[in-house]
Amino acid sequence: MSSESPSSPTRRRLLMAAPLVVAAGAGVGFWRMLSGMSHGSFDPHDIHAPVLNRPVPDFSLPDQAPGTGFSAQDLRGLKAPVLVNYFASWCIPCVAEMPVLNGLKDRLPIWGIAYKDKPEHALGFVQRAGNPYARIAADRDGLTAIDWGVSGVPETFLIGPGGVIRWHTASPITEAMIADTILPLAGSLKS
Amino acid sequence: MNPELGNFALALACCLAAGQAILPLVGASRRDSRLMALAPALAVGQMLALATAFACLIHAAITNDFSVQNVAANSAVSKPLLYKITGVWGNHEGSVLLWALILSVCGGAVALFGRNLPSALQARVIAVLGGVAAGFELFCLTTSNPFARVWPAPLDGQGMNPLLQDPGLAFHPPVLYTGYVGFAVPFAFAIAALIEGRVDAAWGRWVRPWAVAAWCFLTCGIAMGSWWSYYVLGWGGYWFWDPVENASLIPWLTGTALVHSAIVVEKREALKIWTVLLAIGTFSFSLSGTFLVRSGILNSVHAFANDPARGVFILGLLALVIGGSLLLFALRAPQLTTGGLFAPLSREGLLVLNNILLCSICAVVLTGTMYPPFMSLLFGKTISVGKPFFDATTIPLAIPLMVFMGFGPMVPWKRAQMWPVLRRLWWAACISLLALVLATFRMREILPVLATAAAVWVIMSSMADIIERLRLFRQPLAQSWQRARGLPRAVFGAAIAHAGVGITVLGIAGMSQAAHRIVEVHVGQSEMLAGDSWTLTEVHPAEGPNYTALVATIEVRHNGRLVTTLHPSKRTFASQHQTTTEVAIHTNLMADIYGVLGDKHGTDADPTYVLRLHYNPLAPWMWLGGLIMAFGGALSLSDRRVRVGAPRRAKASDMAVAR
Amino acid sequence: MKALSFRTGMMAALFCLLFAPMVAMAVDDPAEMLPDPAQEQRAEAIGAQLRCLVCQNESIEDSSADLARDLRHVVREHVAKGESDHQIMDWMVSRYGNFIRLRPPLTAGTLLLWIMPVLALCMGIGVAWWHLRRPRAVAPPLTDEERRRLSDLTRTRRE
Repeated sequence: MSSESPSSPTRRRLLMAAPLVVAAGAGVGFWRMLSGMSHGSFDPHDIHAPVLNRPVPDFSLPDQAPGTGFSAQDLRGLKAPVLVNYFASWCIPCVAEMPVLNGLKDRLPIWGIAYKDKPEHALGFVQRAGNPYARIAADRDGLTAIDWGVSGVPETFLIGPGGVIRWHTASPITEAMIADTILPLAGSLKS
Repeated sequence: MNPELGNFALALACCLAAGQAILPLVGASRRDSRLMALAPALAVGQMLALATAFACLIHAAITNDFSVQNVAANSAVSKPLLYKITGVWGNHEGSVLLWALILSVCGGAVALFGRNLPSALQARVIAVLGGVAAGFELFCLTTSNPFARVWPAPLDGQGMNPLLQDPGLAFHPPVLYTGYVGFAVPFAFAIAALIEGRVDAAWGRWVRPWAVAAWCFLTCGIAMGSWWSYYVLGWGGYWFWDPVENASLIPWLTGTALVHSAIVVEKREALKIWTVLLAIGTFSFSLSGTFLVRSGILNSVHAFANDPARGVFILGLLALVIGGSLLLFALRAPQLTTGGLFAPLSREGLLVLNNILLCSICAVVLTGTMYPPFMSLLFGKTISVGKPFFDATTIPLAIPLMVFMGFGPMVPWKRAQMWPVLRRLWWAACISLLALVLATFRMREILPVLATAAAVWVIMSSMADIIERLRLFRQPLAQSWQRARGLPRAVFGAAIAHAGVGITVLGIAGMSQAAHRIVEVHVGQSEMLAGDSWTLTEVHPAEGPNYTALVATIEVRHNGRLVTTLHPSKRTFASQHQTTTEVAIHTNLMADIYGVLGDKHGTDADPTYVLRLHYNPLAPWMWLGGLIMAFGGALSLSDRRVRVGAPRRAKASDMAVAR
Repeated sequence: MKALSFRTGMMAALFCLLFAPMVAMAVDDPAEMLPDPAQEQRAEAIGAQLRCLVCQNESIEDSSADLARDLRHVVREHVAKGESDHQIMDWMVSRYGNFIRLRPPLTAGTLLLWIMPVLALCMGIGVAWWHLRRPRAVAPPLTDEERRRLSDLTRTRRE
């Protein structure tokens, strides 16, 4: 016990400083979260579904007018990258995303999947917005979307050659995303 | 005109608070009695200014002044008067103003009721409260001004979320906020003690009533919140383990620890540094809890104004208040003298154990709540921490806590022997064992069985404590009555609060046996649940002030005898395109019969209705227990010994507790 | 309304208070329940462990969101097929990651979370033990002021 006495005040001091250290650590963490949220690099609502670098799941979906349906085989047989976009007529961000997709469709083919939508509603939606999709399939019961790890619409996947998912976002596509991520990545996948 | 007056009053309050923060502190360090005497005046002035601002906001809401953005966004002409008033604190800006108002009322209370405190201590306490208030009033003025105007003013407001249009909103947030903010007073006392460099028994005696009062409000607030989500949500659940709920549970746990450790400071001058830390920690958790949930960092079912920019201001403020106080703690606490000695088996020892267990539960809840965002930040991985985790980790800590709770009040201070205590509690232990055996027959899982037995033990040992102190059954009733009158109310308060915990836990254990069924029925059709027959007798449309509704009539019969008639309904609010379900609950205190009306299926000629039927055993006990806990706290507050300013009038009854 | 329950719900700036949950509970369709009560109970137990992905912090059994309903349906299909709890959980995790598990798995990353109850308890007991055993510095003699306060205090207690 006596050998402990000299170190005791120091230890006591350290113990008293411990709450401050813990609080400071938490504070720095919160600050990084908040700044990450305003830059878009940290999203507490993001699920991060583990789909990256996996082959697309097995599925086969029927036609959705005005396009034609597709299956996993169609995606796996591709030689060039393709963007797969889940959308729905009842989804407000999907409306906002349409002009951006229309601007992209000539540089990268986009295949759409209408999620839990009535065929006539999806048709009307695509016609009103200007059709950005090369092919459109209908996922009426939403079960294929679950296989893809989709948690809501819009959700977008970049499929590389051989049908492997190379990139994924659960937020609406923006011009910045296209310029910074999608097109460079698609370009590298082609070569 | 009025909103400008409110804005001016808010700005005035902010200036007064700044003065309140600085002048008395300077006065206390210079021993300048004139500067110190400013403290109560400034505190009362700030309180009056904020009350004026709040009254202006209520006036704007009542008179439908849609040129005020806050009113336009949250109110509408058709909204009933009650909800126009309660809607004032049903949104971010208004609730921050309410928060500041309650804080200023706390400052005013210290100014008015703390006249017998040493003037330097009172000045410092009021100054700390003023500093915190100034920060939040500045936050209110700069980033969340409730008086901001909108031009052109809309003809009608956007209305309030229908889920909030409930009488519960009138009471729940103010009570909960009073609990949160009330812990600012023990916090201020702790800071003042650190500045002065002295914590003693007198300090413990002054702090405890404020902590108990805040604890009572917080307990009531949490119980009311849980009850509100039980009947507003309509699926029979009462606690989600959601970050917002955890944010209220965490300060409750540390606050409960504080209320107990302050007893040790008061009676034995031990645990002083720990109590100061608890006082700082409890208010820090109150602050970070209520404000971090507004920053959008935490995922919650309870939606908030998610604004990262606002979050940065809040974080800066929190860093100032919490970081500053912990820094002061790190610098000054090592110089505080340590207190009295005690054996591990003693009242102090058990209170330490109580604190360790409460704080362990708190640590688990805190870690579980904060783990997902930190995991995502540090490792980029997402995980969820939900009810299955919290149930599995907190209940095993809560059960030993309850076991020790039974012994606590019986064990003498300083040094104790186990045997005399056990001898007085043997019958309580027997009844608890009986409860354990009975529960094993009724329940399948182990945790509810143990929780039931522990809850019965807590209730029985609280009764044993009172019986023992009154020498009931061992001497004539008249003498016991004499003893009861001489016994301090704090003793009854503690026993009642402990029994309240037991009652709440019994309710939770009972709810683990709840049954429910989802059925689709025609009018006239009957279904069985938990031995009752439920018959949908009719469904009719109805008209409310700002909604239309579909009201069902369900007759519940037990063995052919009518138990109750339920009228669950579904309301459609045209202005928000939202429907809400209005649950119908019948309670006989032993169980809730709980019916919800769902979707209408089938054709108009032959409709069927989906019904959700719940049988929730002991459900009301959960909230009743909370109210009993708060009542016990209030009773001990009414004890004349804790009334600041009356220490001299305390009589021989003190000895009974000091025993 | 349907769209509101999805991500757009978060975009619509809804201001509300502490305990006011934003998700009203819709009554489910009894048709989705399994006819076998034992299987239905198992499905409910699994569902209670799965987090609703769009509404936050609710299990899929408690949530009224569309996706939760679909997932409930999927769980029941798998239960009816006779798969084990473990298989069904793996199926879900392979699609949505550990986010969907309300009870996080024990991994290196969640170790701190899972040992927290024991760790907190041991730390508390350790610190308390250390303080109880610590040799005490001899208290400095009382000042006159302290002596007066002490006599005040003892008087009130003994009176």
